[in-house]
Amino acid sequence: MASNTQDAAHGAAESAPGMPQLDFSTFGNQIFWLAIALVAIYLILSRVALPRIAAVLAERQGTITNDLAAAEDLKAKAVEAEDAYNKALADARAEAQRIAAETRAEIQVGLDEAIAKADEQIAAKAAESEKAIGEIKAGALESVKVVAADTAEALVTALGGKADAKAVAAAVADRMKG
Amino acid sequence: MGKLFFYVALALVVVSGVLFAPEHAALAIHPMDQFNVASLTGGAVSTFAITNVTLWLALAVVCVFLLMVVGSSRRAIVPSRAQSIAELTYGFIYKMVEDVAGKDGVKFFPYIMTLFMFILMANFLGLIPMSFTTTSHIAVTAILAGLVFFTVTIVGFVKNGVGFLGLFWVSSAPLALRPILAIIELISYFVRPVSHSIRLAGNVMAGHAVLKVFAGFAGALGLFSFLPIFAITAVYALEVLVAFIQAYVFTILTCVYLKDALHPSH
Amino acid sequence: MEGDIAQLGQFIGAGLAAIGSGAAAIGVGHVAGNFLAGALRNPSAAAGQTATLFIGIAFAEALGIFSFLVALLLMFAV
Repeated sequence: MASNTQDAAHGAAESAPGMPQLDFSTFGNQIFWLAIALVAIYLILSRVALPRIAAVLAERQGTITNDLAAAEDLKAKAVEAEDAYNKALADARAEAQRIAAETRAEIQVGLDEAIAKADEQIAAKAAESEKAIGEIKAGALESVKVVAADTAEALVTALGGKADAKAVAAAVADRMKG
Repeated sequence: MGKLFFYVALALVVVSGVLFAPEHAALAIHPMDQFNVASLTGGAVSTFAITNVTLWLALAVVCVFLLMVVGSSRRAIVPSRAQSIAELTYGFIYKMVEDVAGKDGVKFFPYIMTLFMFILMANFLGLIPMSFTTTSHIAVTAILAGLVFFTVTIVGFVKNGVGFLGLFWVSSAPLALRPILAIIELISYFVRPVSHSIRLAGNVMAGHAVLKVFAGFAGALGLFSFLPIFAITAVYALEVLVAFIQAYVFTILTCVYLKDALHPSH
Repeated sequence: MEGDIAQLGQFIGAGLAAIGSGAAAIGVGHVAGNFLAGALRNPSAAAGQTATLFIGIAFAEALGIFSFLVALLLMFAV
């Protein structure tokens, strides 16, 4: 440690002030070259570098703005196209519904006609049948009367009586009513 | 392969340090020798001599040129790496000037950019081993701070006339206190260039001296020299940070002083 | 032990001056800590104040650098 201090003292003795920063004999040199360096950097920056970088940044900003505008345009177009598509879809749906309703109405009309026709036919058929049934029924009743009268006459004859045809017919008619 | 080579070289350095350690290694610490100004051509350091100061100042100019001019020469819309760095630096300082000094401070942007680029490049170049750090010299930083001081003072008086003296007259304080505050403000105004220059030179000088002191320990400790080497690594990382921070601080303080000159209302 | 009393005084003085660096460290820590406390309370406002943080740190540190300079002057220049 002792020699260390001596060493430091030695160093201090060698170069007049121990700190190179305080060696005033070098100041002129440093300041001279510093001035040149600063002027050089200032000229480099202000004449070439800064305007160029500013231009590049502005250009990029412009490009970005343009691109954004273009993107905005395209987006608007896409929205428009979607709207048109939706409108077309809605139109088509309405058309389809209309056609369906029309068709349904047409079918309904045809159906109604057919039903009415069928009803008419059925009614005619039913009336005919009823008439036929009535005729048959009347025929049957007549036959029943004849058979009943015949049977009654035969019974009366078989029992040894003499059947009055008129009385028998009246009795049968009486019974038939009852 | 490169890594292996590096480690072998490192091991050789350590081993040779152990084997050929000087007898009085502890005495060999000269932390200030790295700041010596010497003529490259031999002879005395006269005003126009080409010295190591000249060399490293020229390298700083070349680096600024490479980054800002060559880097941006392609004017690409999608920037390359160098152009990105140049643009980021531009945007960083531009925004700082605009935010701190105000809109009318923007016309001083090239000057402030010059200061920032010079200090940044000088600091980073000074971190190269065996290099010479121009910003560690009071002569250099005093010129930088003096330029700022005189520019700001002249701009203040040109812009505001006598109204610039309102900077020292704190109108929001009670009337009785104002003369005292004016004296304090005046002193602090004239201390500005001193602290402005010594902050930069002192930080850089202190960091480099610390590195040198640890390097001296590494030479003296022999086998245990890896401890100071770790410390040097850590301090070096800190110094890289300090190199940037000091350039930033110098620049932003310039902007603050400029704002005072442009808008002296206290 | 050799050397003279003036050198003794130089080195003692340099050591005392170096205490100032520690004081500056306290100051810088105070600035950074308070900034962090404020930033955690209101993180949205923190980003705009980093410049102020660095200015504060720079002012606090400048005085520590002064004491370091005094130590250096005592060591090498006196």
